[in-house]
Amino acid sequence: MTARVGIVTFPGSLDDRDTARAVTRAGAEPVPLWHGDRGLHGVDAVILPGGFSYGDYLRCGAIARFAPVMADVIPAARSGLPVLGICNGFQILCEAHLLPGALIRNAGLRFVDRDVVLRMEHTATPWTGDYQQDQEITVVLKSGEGCYLADPATLARLEDRGQIVARYRDGSPNGSVREIAAVANEEGNVVGIMPHPEHAIDPLTGPGADGLGFFASVVAALVRQ
Amino acid sequence: MSAGTAAGLDTVALAAATPDRPQPYAELGLTDAEYARIRQLLGRRPTDPELALYSVMWSEHCSYKSSKIYLRQFADKAPRTTALLAGIGHNAGVVDIGQGYAVTFKIESHNHPSYVEPFQGAATGVGGIVRDILAMGARPVAVMDSLRFGPADAPDTARVLPGVVAGISFYGNCLGLPNIGGELAFDPCYAGNPLVNALCVGVMRHADLQVAAARGPGNKVILFGARTGPDGIGGASVLASASFGGGDAAKRPSVQVGDPFMEKLLVECCLELSAAGLVAGIQDLGAAGVSCATAELAAGGGSGMSVTLDSVPLRDPSLGPAEILMSESQERMMAIVAPADVARFTSICARWDVPATVIGEVTGTGRLEMTWHGEVVVDIAPETAADQGPVYDRPAARPAAQDALQADDPAALPRPGSGPDLLGALLALLASPDLADKTWVTEQYDRHVRGDTVLATPDDAGVLQVDPDTGLGVALATDGNGRYSRLDPYAGAQLALAEAYRNVAATGARPVAVTNCLNFGSPEDPSVMWQFAETVRGLADGCAFLGTPVTGGNVSFYNQTGDVPVHPTPVVGVLGVLDNVRCRLPLAFSQPRARGQRPSDAVTGPFGPAGSIVLLGTTAPELGGSAWAWVAHGHLGGRPPAVDLAAERALAGVLAAAAADGLLTAAHDLSDGGLAVALAECCLAGRTGCRVTLPGDPFTALFSESSARAVAEVAPGAEAAFAALCARHGVPATDLGTVGGDRLEVTGCFSVPVAELAAVRRRVLPDLFG
Repeated sequence: MTARVGIVTFPGSLDDRDTARAVTRAGAEPVPLWHGDRGLHGVDAVILPGGFSYGDYLRCGAIARFAPVMADVIPAARSGLPVLGICNGFQILCEAHLLPGALIRNAGLRFVDRDVVLRMEHTATPWTGDYQQDQEITVVLKSGEGCYLADPATLARLEDRGQIVARYRDGSPNGSVREIAAVANEEGNVVGIMPHPEHAIDPLTGPGADGLGFFASVVAALVRQ
Repeated sequence: MSAGTAAGLDTVALAAATPDRPQPYAELGLTDAEYARIRQLLGRRPTDPELALYSVMWSEHCSYKSSKIYLRQFADKAPRTTALLAGIGHNAGVVDIGQGYAVTFKIESHNHPSYVEPFQGAATGVGGIVRDILAMGARPVAVMDSLRFGPADAPDTARVLPGVVAGISFYGNCLGLPNIGGELAFDPCYAGNPLVNALCVGVMRHADLQVAAARGPGNKVILFGARTGPDGIGGASVLASASFGGGDAAKRPSVQVGDPFMEKLLVECCLELSAAGLVAGIQDLGAAGVSCATAELAAGGGSGMSVTLDSVPLRDPSLGPAEILMSESQERMMAIVAPADVARFTSICARWDVPATVIGEVTGTGRLEMTWHGEVVVDIAPETAADQGPVYDRPAARPAAQDALQADDPAALPRPGSGPDLLGALLALLASPDLADKTWVTEQYDRHVRGDTVLATPDDAGVLQVDPDTGLGVALATDGNGRYSRLDPYAGAQLALAEAYRNVAATGARPVAVTNCLNFGSPEDPSVMWQFAETVRGLADGCAFLGTPVTGGNVSFYNQTGDVPVHPTPVVGVLGVLDNVRCRLPLAFSQPRARGQRPSDAVTGPFGPAGSIVLLGTTAPELGGSAWAWVAHGHLGGRPPAVDLAAERALAGVLAAAAADGLLTAAHDLSDGGLAVALAECCLAGRTGCRVTLPGDPFTALFSESSARAVAEVAPGAEAAFAALCARHGVPATDLGTVGGDRLEVTGCFSVPVAELAAVRRRVLPDLFG
């Protein structure tokens, strides 16, 4: 059975097409989900892609979390549906309180597009199972508001419970606290990542194919279910 | 009071009854003769809204009145080709790239707005060119930008440059278009007049081609996208304040404000409308806004149009008809739609949250008529505004000082002779803002979005995958060298063309078509007009020789501060085709690897032997207008490098064939800074060293800027095949040495760690701009 992965398009989503390509390459079927529609069409997992939903005009992700489709995504995520938020999708998951913390303007106050090396620290999620503990992967960071923040108590809890999924190996390029690049919820089914694994699936168009693991992982996890 | 208030409304009836009422045509940038011509065409005085319409349509920006007589050469001398599906005169030219795909691309200036308000000026420059591409029926897939500023350390450059870069970053990133290349250069001549040229490229299937024509009486005219506001009023003309019919001048900003989120929705909405077959004709709203869109659609269709201006949705309800006609509010499009399709059209717009309003319909009268509060305020033959504007043959004269400039040969300048001095000259070039590491700029642009970017800055050209299944792709480069053009505008134009052509070829692509943005001073200065005439003649002749037609372009005059014009700066964009993007050539020298493996491929096997470095082309002592003369001596004089288009064509043939056959692992064109800078760039991009032995005089070999040259890294084992290929094409090939190690080593001259070269280049822009 082919896994079906829903990819939400909000007004201003940009990397939905690229994400669909990565899902296809990993052997799953991408299912487009429209922000204004209700229902998840029976998908096995959901990805909120990168972009500038609603122009990021209020606060990144603040409007998208109220989109009709999110009324279905949020309870499904709380019930264990694998959900991955990439970049703007990560911001939306934080705004929706599915993930702890928040993302603010980069420390340098400028948009940064750069290849970054991540160290994978939590491989027990459905999105990261194909990686080895402490494996280093090269993916693309491209964001203006990628600085991850959380209060000290939350950070301590994330560290204690192993919810930090990936860190920037060579220092934080955007001011993210403790070099955090990706986090998971306590159950591990919801993951948010600021860099873009979908832009590292083919050496022709990216820094390599290290990012494909996120999509291959969820396919493997769904087959195991 | 603005023109729209009921009390001051000027109608066609009133105009006929009050022929002698004074009108502010001069303030709107029209000459006495132009105003008289409007009266003659109409057989009466124009109404205020008509005057507004003609003033923007007949502006230099929209009518090309000073350049038209020259630009005809692009069509008259065009090489015979079957590749053009649409040529000059459309919103953008359309090129057949095979497999049923077509590509459209165009470059446009937004120089003055970017000086006045760098962030919004540059942002809306991107937005405007994207809508041109969209209007052709294509999906915009990438942008590039060609930027020129005053001296890097001048205080005003610190105001303008960061704002321009941030504006491009803000708009392009939010719109979701990868920025795949461009240029950044500095010169005192641009201090009061930066150049901001934006290029967009789009892809479509042949059948998707749209026309800008209003045909079929009864069809509806729909304005969709952002609502019309009081921004950019008269941006195309010299108008900065709209003061019609007397009264207080309502100061309106003439720089537009961009909303990339609305543009993203507009792009997706337009493409869905086209795919659904609901568009009978379409035009973007750019310079001259509603005036231009209605006049050009009506003129293009030849059947007439009536418009109810009250129906135009407004952001500011106080706008009157003249201001509505002149507003350059961004993110708007106009479509011609069959009555039966209007409901489906508006429902697709609603799905994308894009406002859409029927504002008129196509008629059979041959007239463009507009009403306001039920009164006729515009009644003209649309072609008089769109196609029959004034045409000027302005005086052109070679400036007297040109001879002295050309006689000031850089051969007399002191040259470095010793190894350490040659190295010093190289380090000085790499530390100059023109040749420094541009990461500070390019890191602010999203180069990856859409997932099809194969090469981007600092590679010679941006390369995009068009069809992932077949590997079909395109390459794009822009180039222009103001110093060369200042010394000899005819040769300068051909050198700009040759460099862009060579840059595209260096990626392994086959150059097929040309766009251009011609940035010049005032056309009322005979010296500038001579520079312009020589430039167009050079470019048209060059394109004819190379077989690459000009598909469209843009002219920007009045780039000067006081009486001092900028260097004549033609920016030439060349489009190339790659049948298989996996064969593309990066500029980076590679770590040693087996034949056929490319730098970005996972290296699994043992490393192969080192690649050898070959110099292609002929080097002569040519330093006029060179980066060395400028950086080392602040010197600009003599003649630019000789143009040899036959050699350029042969070189491009070698590179394309070698790439397709997998004979090369890297290639890089030689331009500013000559071989020395090119080798440094190849090493830096590949994070590897090289060891070379120079033929002839080391200084000339390192710093001459002779054209039609490139360096190539030959795949191990392919040396003989590559040498035979070069011989077959008549391209001189000189073995220079091998790739490897961590130093750039020039036998008998110097040896420098690549890390030191990187350090010299890296901090230049961050130290200047934060």
